[in-house]
Parts: sequence; structure tokens; C-alpha cells
Amino acid sequence: MVHVSATPVLALRGVSKRFGAVQALTDVDLEVHAGEVVALVGDNGAGKSTLVKTIAGVHPIDEGAIEWQGNAVKINKPHDAQGLGIATVYQDLALCDNLDVVGNLYLGRELLHRGVIDEVTMEKKARELLSTLSIRIPSVRIPIASLSGGQRQVVAIARALIGDPKLVILDEPTAALGVEQTAQVLDLVERLRERDLAVILISHNMADVKAVADTVAVLRLGKNNGSFPVKNTSHEEIIAAITGATDNAVTRRAERRTTEAAK
Amino acid sequence: MSDTSKTVKTDSAEAAKVGAGAAEGQTTVAPSDDPTAAPVTVVDPRLLVREEGFKGYLTEFKRKVKGGELGSLPVVIGLIVIWTIFQLQNDRFLSADNLSNISYFLSATGMLAIGLVFVLLLGEIDLSVGSVSGLASTLFAVFVVNQGVNAWLSLVLAVLTGIAIGALHGWFFARIGVPAFVVTLAGFLGWNGLMLWLLGDSGTINIPSEAGPVHLLGQSSFFMDQAIIGAYLLAGLAVVLTLVGNFNEQRRRKAAGVPFRPTSEILLRVGALGVASFVAAAVLNDSAGVSNALVIFLAALVIVDFVLRRTTYGRQVFAVGGGIEAARRAGINVPMIRISVFAISGGFAAVGGMFFAGQTASATLSAGGGNTLMLAIAAAVIGGTSLFGGRGSVWSALLGMLVIQSIQTGLDLLNMNTSIQYMITGAVLLGAVVIDSVSRRSQKAAGRA
Repeated sequence: MVHVSATPVLALRGVSKRFGAVQALTDVDLEVHAGEVVALVGDNGAGKSTLVKTIAGVHPIDEGAIEWQGNAVKINKPHDAQGLGIATVYQDLALCDNLDVVGNLYLGRELLHRGVIDEVTMEKKARELLSTLSIRIPSVRIPIASLSGGQRQVVAIARALIGDPKLVILDEPTAALGVEQTAQVLDLVERLRERDLAVILISHNMADVKAVADTVAVLRLGKNNGSFPVKNTSHEEIIAAITGATDNAVTRRAERRTTEAAK
Repeated sequence: MSDTSKTVKTDSAEAAKVGAGAAEGQTTVAPSDDPTAAPVTVVDPRLLVREEGFKGYLTEFKRKVKGGELGSLPVVIGLIVIWTIFQLQNDRFLSADNLSNISYFLSATGMLAIGLVFVLLLGEIDLSVGSVSGLASTLFAVFVVNQGVNAWLSLVLAVLTGIAIGALHGWFFARIGVPAFVVTLAGFLGWNGLMLWLLGDSGTINIPSEAGPVHLLGQSSFFMDQAIIGAYLLAGLAVVLTLVGNFNEQRRRKAAGVPFRPTSEILLRVGALGVASFVAAAVLNDSAGVSNALVIFLAALVIVDFVLRRTTYGRQVFAVGGGIEAARRAGINVPMIRISVFAISGGFAAVGGMFFAGQTASATLSAGGGNTLMLAIAAAVIGGTSLFGGRGSVWSALLGMLVIQSIQTGLDLLNMNTSIQYMITGAVLLGAVVIDSVSRRSQKAAGRA
């Protein structure tokens, strides 16, 4: 069983976000602990991407509160999120095809040695990082262009780890990958958990979610629609929550509780 | 590990054909149960060059050519072909005097090509470099002759003007979003117009060339006043510095435990460089010596190469050329890189203009006109810098100019008409771009671009 610390690394409390007339997020709660993989699932347009973007600082929230390790924080721009220790790997990986793996890993934060790019130390650290993550790529000195999709994905994830983040957000990391490559990425997600990182994983693939996630948070029409521990929840229950066929024990209990609280 | 490498050692050419897929294939070969074999030390069969000795380099070379990574191969072949043809037509072509001529005249357009390499690395084009160089030489002449300003100060002013013009182009491109092609095409016309207006009715301004920058860049100015030792000193310096740099790198890599170049390979490379540079030095000494213009050009190449490969700025230029979105997400200020690159291009164009002024000791109506621009672009592309951005090296300015200037000088020797020269230059430029496009396509097919 995964060790889960008491204070969540990141907690969203009643977060709302509007785009003009469209209410994208309504009163959304989310908690992620260190060493926990939270899968964020939902139908298209459920607000997954918006939620991730509010955490990553792309869209500031309208209402609600964000807590980082127990303290209230404001995330207004991507830089704020990076400063806290939030790393986001977007679906389009945004790697430079012409640069080699080392160059991409350290792009924008090159290590310098007397004002000159320190290729040797960068290569050494890159190899160390990749080997602790058990990432298999032919060489750290070949251009990204010669890597496969799965290899690019793991390089993109490894790149997010260079800044020593506490929370890693993965947006559909397996969407474009084959079976073997998906397995590689899922292995990597587990290794992130072993390193005691908090992980938010957006996925459409229920099998992937069941394989690596500890908790599944379901969004539907911009609202929370249940949060399930993966171990004790069936595939069907999650699907039901996603599609809105909410006639199940968990949501009924939650509903009962809220109506009681209202009274 | 040697065991692993043997099992992994499949036919390299075949592995290359499989391309990226081969990488997955070979991971299954890796002994997953062997704890000593850390995953990243598993080497792609395509990269097992050093383990195979000489044969490894040969197969690696074949694979690269097949994969479209031609490097400086077209240049070497081109040079051999061109030199053979011209030597057969006129036996004075390979004489020391003519080769010395080539080495002197290539530096002016070469300066333009250095600036263009920066722009090409972004995947853009700067059509204004010829006009800017002409304008810079005219400005210089106007300052010195008409206004009586100190020659060195005038040179600085002219180069600063070039940088400002380039930055203006870059600003229109990066901030307003006008395609670089159009902005610099407007510049091509506009700055040429300004030059003609400055020259006015006189048409030509002669610049006194007894001293100062014009003398330094002139054809009768040589490194260390034609001392025989001068050329060998330069060649020796190049060899020693390369050797020290390589061994230093090897030592640091060994200490860090990352793959390093074996001593034999370093000696081979430095040996080749040594032979080339000492032969060149001997040939130039046989004529008159190493012209100062060439020395300045070579120094500029070394400095710019260092900036591009070893500094954060250079890395950012490559990153913007390779993927704008990736560069932006990495926190790189893309507009600033674009503006600065065009400023660099303008600056080098102005420096090239000084070289042109040095060649003729005058500012003329035709300065920077004609096929100057085409030659500079052709030089950069022939030398191996891609028009599509992200790939290339500043040494392509030197290699490409060797080809271009050989053709120019050869055609002059044969008393060819300008019309023929233009047609041949056009064909060479087209050929270079075709090679670039085809090599890029085969790189894509081989999963390398």
C-alpha cells in the first residue's frame, strides 16, 4: 500500500472558473498527497484540462482556494506554479527535434561552467536521472528526432523532473502510444510515486488508470462527480460516474451527506 | 558490456533502415536480469561505432550518408570536382598565387555568410545582407572622406548601423509578425536605395588606403608583414589549441564517467586538421602570405562557433530553430532571440561591407549588389547549414565560400562573361538547395529529422 502523508501537497477547495458565459469549473475540490497518483478522469469537456491549467497557472482561478503543503497560495502565472514545484507535461510534448536528449532535458536551465555550457556535467546528470527512472533510450546524445513516441514521452517527463518538482501533472501521457510504449510510461509513473512525488494523471484510458492510480477523481460538467480509491472501485462504477449514470452507492451516500449538511 | 555489444551488433545499415524502431528492438536484447547493466548504458547498435574500430566508422559513415546526414561531404566532393575542372581548363588555377587570391576574396562574402548562418539556423532568411553591406561601405566612405571622421570610429559607426538595421528587420519580424522574407526583401531594395542616394551624382567615393581599416582589409596587407613564420604560427596555433581542447574534454569526460573520444580518434582528427592547415600555410607562403582579411575571417569563425556551440545564447538559437513552442515553454524569450539574430546578421553584413571597401579602396554604386546576396546564401547552404532551420554550423560559411570563390575565380581566369557567371552561380545555388531538401527528406525517412 502506498504511504500517504497527512497534509496534501496540493489541495483545491471550491475552485470555480468562468470563461465569459461558460462556467468551466464549479466548486471543484481536489487533493493530492506526496507519493500518490491521482487520476483525473472525465468526458470531453468535463473540465479536466481547465482544472490542470488552473493548477499550472495558465488560467488563474475565479473563486476558491489553492493550498500548497497546507498553506494558501495564489497561482496567477505559469512561473508561480513552477516556483512552487509544479511541473506540467502537456500532451504536445514540445521538445526540440534538433537538440539531443541532454540538450532538451536542460533546455532553458543549462548548467554553466565558467560561463560556458557544461556539457560533461549535464550529460552525467542526465544519465543518472534516466537510469534512476530506468528509462531506456539508445543514447543521451542522439537528437530527439530519432526517438520513438514513447521514448519522447519519457524524455518529456524526465525533463519535468530536472527542476526537482513536488507535483507532476501528466496530460494524456499515453494517448498517442502503442502497447509497449504505454507500458514504459506507466512504469515511469510508478517510479515517480516511489520517489514520493505527487502525480496528477489525466487519462481517457480506464485500464491505465486502474493500473497505476491510487485515487480516481471524476469530473463531470465542471463539477466533482466522486473520488474513488482505485482498489475498491470497479471499472463500471468509474464509467458510471464519468457518464453521469450516477446511481451507485458512493454518490448516493455523498448526496445524502450533503442534504443532511444542508439541513 | 562487450558481450552485450557483440550480440547487439547487428548489421548497422539494416538497423538504420528500421530507424527509430530499432531502438525498441534492441532494448529487448539488453539483459534485463543483469543488475550491472544499467539501462542507459545499453547502446543503440547504430551508435556502437568505437567498439567496432575502423569498420565501425565506415559503417557509421555509410549509415549517415544513407540517412541524409551529409555534413561536409557535398563540399569536399564539390571542391574536388571544381578544382579538377578548372585546373584542366587553365593550369594556373591551382597555382599558389591563384589559391592565395581565393583565400583573400572569400573573406568578404564569407562575413555575410556567417551572419546568414544565424538566420538560417532559425529557419528564416535575410535577403538584405548584400544591400546592408553596400550601405555600410558607403556610410564608411561618407564618414571618412566627406565628413573627415576618424577611420576606426567610422568603421564602428558603420557596423553599429548594420546592427541597428538588422534589429529593425528582426523587430518587424518578431513583434509585428511580418514574414522575414518580406521584411528583408523590403530592406534589400530600401537600403540599396539609401546607398545610391548617399553616393549621389559622384557615383564612387575613393577611400585613402595608406593606413587604417581599409589598408588592413586590403589585398596588400598580410599577417605579420608576410613573415614566413606567420602562416605556420597560425597553423600551429590551430593544431595546438584543438589538441589541448580535445584532451581537456577527454579528461573531464573520463573523470565524470561519460563516454569520451578515444585518443586515437583525437590524434587522427587533429592530424587531419594539421595536414590541411600546414599545407594551406605552405601554399599561401609560396605566394605572399596570409592576408589579414582571411585571418580576421577565421578569427570571427572561431569566436562565433564558440558562441553557437558553447553558450546559452547559442543553445537558445538552436532551440528556437528546432521548435518555437518548445523554446517558449522552456522560458526562452523567442522575440528577443529573433531580433538579436537579425541584428547579428546585419552586423556581419556591415563588417562584410568593410571588407568589400577594403578590396576596392572605394565605395561604389555596385557594392553589395549583383550576386553578392546569392553567393552568401549559397555559401552557407553549400557548407551544410539547412534552410529549414536548426541544423548547421558556422564553418559552413568557410567551406561554402571555398566552393563559391573557387568558381568565381575560376570563371574570371577563363574570362567568362558576367552573364555566364550569373547562370552558373544560379545553378550552384539551386543545386545546394536541392541537396539540402533531399537530405532533409531522407533524414526524415531515417527518423533523424
